[in-house]
Amino acid sequence: MPSVTSPLLDRAYEKAAAHVRLSPEEGVALLEAGDLNLIGALAHRRRMHLHPRNEVTYIVERNINYTNVCVTYCRFCAFYRRPGHKEGYVLSHDEIGRKIEEILPHGGVQILLQGGHHPDLPVAWYEDLLRFLRRRFPRIHVHGFSAPEIEHIARVSELPVEETIRRLREAGLGTIPGAGAEMLVDRVRDEIAPLKTTTAAWLDVHRTAHRLGMRSTATMMFGHVETPAERIEHLDRVRALQDEHGGFTAFILWTFQPDNTAMWRVPRLESHQYLKTAAGSRLYLENVRNLQPSWVTQGPRVAEVSLRFGVNDMGSTMFEENVVSAAGTTFAMNASEIERSIRAAGFLPRRRNVYYDEVAA
Amino acid sequence: MIPAPAPAACDARTVPAPLQDSPIRDLLEKTAASERLTFDDGVRLFETDDLPALGWAANLARERRHGEVAYYLLNRHVNYTNVCKYDCMFCSFYRKEGQEGAWTWTVDQVLEHVAAYKGAGLAEFHIVGGVHPTLPFSYYTDMLRALRREHPTVALKAFTAIEISYLAEISGLSIRDTLVELKAAGLDMIPGGGAEVFADRVRYKVCREKADADRWFEVHETAHALGIPSNATLLYGHIETIEERVDHLLRLRALQDRTGGLLSYIPLAYHPDNNRLEKLGAPSGIDALKNVAVGRLLLDTVPHVKAYWIMLGLKPAQLALSFGADDLDGTVTWERIYHMAGATTPEGLSEERLREVIREAGRVPVRRDAFYNRIAAEAA
Repeated sequence: MPSVTSPLLDRAYEKAAAHVRLSPEEGVALLEAGDLNLIGALAHRRRMHLHPRNEVTYIVERNINYTNVCVTYCRFCAFYRRPGHKEGYVLSHDEIGRKIEEILPHGGVQILLQGGHHPDLPVAWYEDLLRFLRRRFPRIHVHGFSAPEIEHIARVSELPVEETIRRLREAGLGTIPGAGAEMLVDRVRDEIAPLKTTTAAWLDVHRTAHRLGMRSTATMMFGHVETPAERIEHLDRVRALQDEHGGFTAFILWTFQPDNTAMWRVPRLESHQYLKTAAGSRLYLENVRNLQPSWVTQGPRVAEVSLRFGVNDMGSTMFEENVVSAAGTTFAMNASEIERSIRAAGFLPRRRNVYYDEVAA
Repeated sequence: MIPAPAPAACDARTVPAPLQDSPIRDLLEKTAASERLTFDDGVRLFETDDLPALGWAANLARERRHGEVAYYLLNRHVNYTNVCKYDCMFCSFYRKEGQEGAWTWTVDQVLEHVAAYKGAGLAEFHIVGGVHPTLPFSYYTDMLRALRREHPTVALKAFTAIEISYLAEISGLSIRDTLVELKAAGLDMIPGGGAEVFADRVRYKVCREKADADRWFEVHETAHALGIPSNATLLYGHIETIEERVDHLLRLRALQDRTGGLLSYIPLAYHPDNNRLEKLGAPSGIDALKNVAVGRLLLDTVPHVKAYWIMLGLKPAQLALSFGADDLDGTVTWERIYHMAGATTPEGLSEERLREVIREAGRVPVRRDAFYNRIAAEAA
């Protein structure tokens, strides 16, 4: 019983091997009928073509979730609290400052600053926070406020998105994380996050940021109600936007974690689909240079394997993770564990900044 | 640089286009041609960085034997004592008699621990324990008889070669007669544990008191001659070299060539918590998959390769189904040896969850009995 073959799939393998752009049909064929190991072999070859040095990068960064108060009520989320809930919080400048001080001795260079869609915080609150951070920690890069947050801040403050991004950047925002993309397919969004940013709005925030010269990342959360064709639809939108300005530095994907969410009945994906989709993304997104695994959901063992399946970056040290871990088993890694995993996979570890420039360890 | 019109990418007889440039292409070709691999081939397979190519070859070997099927079973572990005469450096499970945390169940306590499983359709009890310094031989035969009486449909896979070797010492019987007695009491099958690494150098360093490799083989070969099938393991990821791993596998292959009595090969990852080899850390996910894949490729006459999820972790075990493994082991429900060494996996999984995990990997889940007979299959 040999694995499935088809002319379409063979063409996809050939084009991928030759670094030629795949059509959506070829992408779907890879995800639906492709062989995990062959996709992985091609993805790794692509990765070595783009990054010929035998190195894997990572960043010493801390996650900070400034609030868990949110009015978007996504069905896949176990992190948010409704306004007025006794477990709701908003971190003060001092609390955020203390969290940053903790990472300085570890060589921290960046924070990932994200939170819920708080109904009462105007753009001035975010500007104050960013100015405080720039004053107190001028060397710490702020990678913050995903597209849905920016859209939300714009709405609360009755400002256009572009003006909102300009003001945040003016106040000290460096780059924009790709969170909130979930699946960039409206059928899927209507089902899992009906109140969240639409596909067009997510893309518009990133397009606007790229046009203003800011860089951002793109993400995908899969393994819930989407089909393989919809995964490719998502990748296709990321690829098309990347053609416009080249503003995405990296693509990061993770699987939906169902525990404690309104979608707890959805069977949890483990790693087969993860690895295949990660490797497929490496091949489909030939214009995005960097690919990160989600060791927080997949664990160090699978992350190590992914480094031979097209992944070239181990992401961030995180220090704390509050969102995905509210929805089930997650993993933790510090810088030395990340370096150990990178070495175990046969690569040299290198620390980087948000732009993937090497920084001293 | 589009390659010349490629043969069908997954044609089992040729190396597909994406792997034509692989540094182990010659070994992929040997696999495709079903040629037996040598010692040097095994070393190269362990050393290669081309993990997907290794996975492809192992998956081809698996696919030829088992098609799209992946097996699992309903089972329960019975760790009847953790009291052990020996002090193996990699072990977090054993205690000395009277030490805090030591346990030894009476035969009645063994029955109590598994009483709830009556009529639950279990295929197997996996019964292993420490090498207890004072229990008499009759304890072991009584345990088997009692379990057979109370659970007549459950296969008794019991006592590693190390335990059996010790039972021969305390009973004053030969290995053969010890096995005859155990079989008469209900023994159906012998688990693969205690193999560790066969090389004397390694055994001397990490488990010098334990029965040596010759004794392990004597137990298994004798069992096979008596019609008792067995499994085999390798404990990897501590101080062993790649050459010692390959040597281990080739000794198993030679046994299988003589007897055909091995049902399954199970590479076991060393777990680093709470034992004297802690500083080594856990083996990588890549090493886990390599051990599965090279086992599948070198042990060309052993029918099954097991990805023991409770030890590997569910996620790497699922990936192993694309690296040569055809079996995820079972529902387990109670496990101590690896959990005392830091395993963070749940101590059991529901049958439905195991089936989902197999389906996600693109395989058809098939429930088996202890001997790999199919109990229930279903269309994909």
